[in-house]
Amino acid sequence: MPKTGKGKDKIFSGDFKILLPVLAIVLLFTCSLLSPLLPLHDPDRIDLDSLRTPPAWDHPFGTDSKGRDVFSRVLYGGRISIGVAVAAALVSTVIGFSVGLAAGYFGGRFDTIVMSAVDFILSFPSLLLAIAISVILPPGIYTVMLAISIVGWTSFARLIRGHVLTLKDMSFVDAARAVGCSDLRILVLHIAPLCIPLSLVMMGIKLGGFMLTEATLSFLGLGAQPPTPTWGSMISANRAYILTAPWTVLFPGLALSITAFCFNIAGELLKEKYEFRDSRG
Amino acid sequence: MGERASPEAIESIRREIGADSGAIQQYIGYLKLLAQGDFGRSYYTNRSVLSDIALKFPNTMKLALAAMLITVPFGIILGFLSAYKAGRPVGKIIDTLSLAGLSIPVFWSAIIIMIIFSLKLKLFPPSGTGGIRFLVLPAFVLSVPAISTLIRITRTTVSDILRMPYLNTARAKGVPPLKIHINHVLKNAIIPIVTIIGLDFGSYLNGAVVTETIFGWDGIGRFTMEGIIKRDYPVIMGCIIVGTAVFVIVNLVTDLLYHSLDPRIRLHAEDR
Repeated sequence: MPKTGKGKDKIFSGDFKILLPVLAIVLLFTCSLLSPLLPLHDPDRIDLDSLRTPPAWDHPFGTDSKGRDVFSRVLYGGRISIGVAVAAALVSTVIGFSVGLAAGYFGGRFDTIVMSAVDFILSFPSLLLAIAISVILPPGIYTVMLAISIVGWTSFARLIRGHVLTLKDMSFVDAARAVGCSDLRILVLHIAPLCIPLSLVMMGIKLGGFMLTEATLSFLGLGAQPPTPTWGSMISANRAYILTAPWTVLFPGLALSITAFCFNIAGELLKEKYEFRDSRG
Repeated sequence: MGERASPEAIESIRREIGADSGAIQQYIGYLKLLAQGDFGRSYYTNRSVLSDIALKFPNTMKLALAAMLITVPFGIILGFLSAYKAGRPVGKIIDTLSLAGLSIPVFWSAIIIMIIFSLKLKLFPPSGTGGIRFLVLPAFVLSVPAISTLIRITRTTVSDILRMPYLNTARAKGVPPLKIHINHVLKNAIIPIVTIIGLDFGSYLNGAVVTETIFGWDGIGRFTMEGIIKRDYPVIMGCIIVGTAVFVIVNLVTDLLYHSLDPRIRLHAEDR
């Protein structure tokens, strides 16, 4: 649980270290969001005169089997690969936060139901559950977001519920009740704000994993549909050309790994700073 | 059936699979079959899903065991090293590598490793099911994220134990260092390590979906993937049910193992 009573210099150096990966991600994401404005090749334009050309000045990452520019496809793909992860993390946070808050505060039957649901979902292997959900629904980015969030909210709910249980017994809650605050007011104005930092930290920790899940689902053809580029689907579409055009697989994979690495470093530093335990779920 | 199937043929198959009854009836019918231990037949091959799963399960098991054989020694040794050398270059390198191992998607590292080791160096066959030579690459790919997780759990646990006062007591008593490491550190660290190994074993059986597909390993994972691509619902359902069951059973066995490993847990259970 968060502890803020550490030495000042240590917190500062932690913040400084965390800035690097976060900056890298922000830079990458901004570039991919702005990619329509940048002087790039059209990512979907098929050019039969330059099929599978190796990386060169005109096409820094080469072209794929349909003559499309891999560099601009990687940049465009970042919008979905990072965007879906962030969106899924936001949805998971909001659901897990509100459910965990209510379960922890009100307890009783609602708490039992919620926690059984959490246990139920966590008893499935997460990737398999996400695959199962994406198979039932029509493939697309919203399905992927939903699949990740259905699995993802559980850890937030568990964390927030635990935190609320400790906060509930503190004297400031008794004081608020003595003054005549309603349950809703205590929950929203007194307890919820204290849980926000914790859930933001959890979000940072979870983002890297969410991104890899999105990539895996895209790779399996369950995510955004062609011709929309995502890093996962680019890798699966170009698998057949690994001998003649390895760059079509290499660069999207590198983009994916580096971004996930940045997310994971940031998450790791957050974990260290707030003394989160390494656990699964 | 294809696009040019005759209306009569379509009608007969619809009747056979009961497509005309309502969704709820169909679902109840499926549950009835399940209760009898029947997972239905594949839409494409018309083979019993359960017997296909039974045929492919040993292959997945083999792959999971091979991956575990690589994971356990590397994960534990590197994890211990990282805890003992925390803050020093060796520890930092191991930590960074383990983080990288968790960040590289399996489907990409599988392809890259296939390019290097089978297409360029021609050391191992790129795909197929068979003996050890076919097993090495997929097992290695599967073990990378598992090793990383195990390193991190081992490191956290061991560095907690290293701060415990009983180690000072042992040292003060003059217990030889090696004995301290084995009897006091390893023995206490073993519970979380066993948990992760158990959990990971469950996830190998399932997480093999991607690895098996890429390496053409004829196991449950590839079977699931083929079902997904062809929208062969009896196959998908069967694989997910079996996969989840295995996962839950492995978790249960891991939980039960605790009791025999740690007397403290037995004590708490009796308290209640």
